[in-house]
Amino acid sequence: MKARIYVTLKKGVLDPQGKAIQHSLSHLGFEGVEEVRVGKYLDVRLRPMAREAAEKLLQEACQRLLANTVIEDYRFEIEG
Amino acid sequence: MMKIAVLVFPGSNCDHDAYHALRHVLSLDARFVWHKEDRLSGFDAVVIPGGFTYGDYLRTGAMAKLSPVMGAVRRFAEAGGPVIGICNGFQILLEAELLPGAMIANESLKFICDFVNIKTEFSGTPFTLDVLRESVLRIPIAHYQGNYYADRETLARLEGEGRVVFRYCDADGNVTPEANPNGSVGNIAGICNAGRNVLGMMPHPERCSEEEMGSSDGRRLFASMIRWITEKGR
Repeated sequence: MKARIYVTLKKGVLDPQGKAIQHSLSHLGFEGVEEVRVGKYLDVRLRPMAREAAEKLLQEACQRLLANTVIEDYRFEIEG
Repeated sequence: MMKIAVLVFPGSNCDHDAYHALRHVLSLDARFVWHKEDRLSGFDAVVIPGGFTYGDYLRTGAMAKLSPVMGAVRRFAEAGGPVIGICNGFQILLEAELLPGAMIANESLKFICDFVNIKTEFSGTPFTLDVLRESVLRIPIAHYQGNYYADRETLARLEGEGRVVFRYCDADGNVTPEANPNGSVGNIAGICNAGRNVLGMMPHPERCSEEEMGSSDGRRLFASMIRWITEKGR
């Protein structure tokens, strides 16, 4: 069983890295890029379990460690 | 003799500086406490030193908050014991939710290692008892993630309750955008908890506790701590 977890900065939280990347892109001529926000992506392999149990597990893992909910949002997709 | 715990995590690197300041400059019984310990009995204060615990993996302080010793720190803090988190120690206190808010990368995206000035705004913590309000301290910083962030509601609470202990300022004590090295909201350099006994700060008092280090202003924080412990008779 696999899951994909996305951790992203909350709206309104400054992202200096995203800003620098956006500047570099526009430097390269990618004028159409208005904003870049950098986040994290985690590939997780789970032992087989009920979907509900997996959701509960991931929710708790994100809350307690994988995301800092002061500055970050998270979402996940479960496969299989 | 006062017994002070200096926590040591994998990746702590200011632990010896803190130990030196406490033991050799202030003549206290400083002891290293490995992060696997789950008790802090007999200690009068706890110092969480700077460094790069767990290589800053995931987020600064995110792994360290799960170490057994942090449970003991929580109990120690809840009992009113004085705790100071310096730099990465501050980041760990934020991750452990012993202090509110979070750290993000410096606005400049540069690691900054420099002397700065900070203005003392609250003398009610064990570490600022003898640092008068409005006092300007000259003190070094060394961090990449020192850009303090808190949502509007949290900030209003911190400001309203007078829990912003230090702000970055110029040499004359003016809190200006130019004097803000990292983009911290409100020029915040240090805050305390609601109980006033837990202080987190990005600047390093242990690195400026002797004149030969370029400043001895940091020593005033530890001297305050000594008086606080003596008077509270913990």
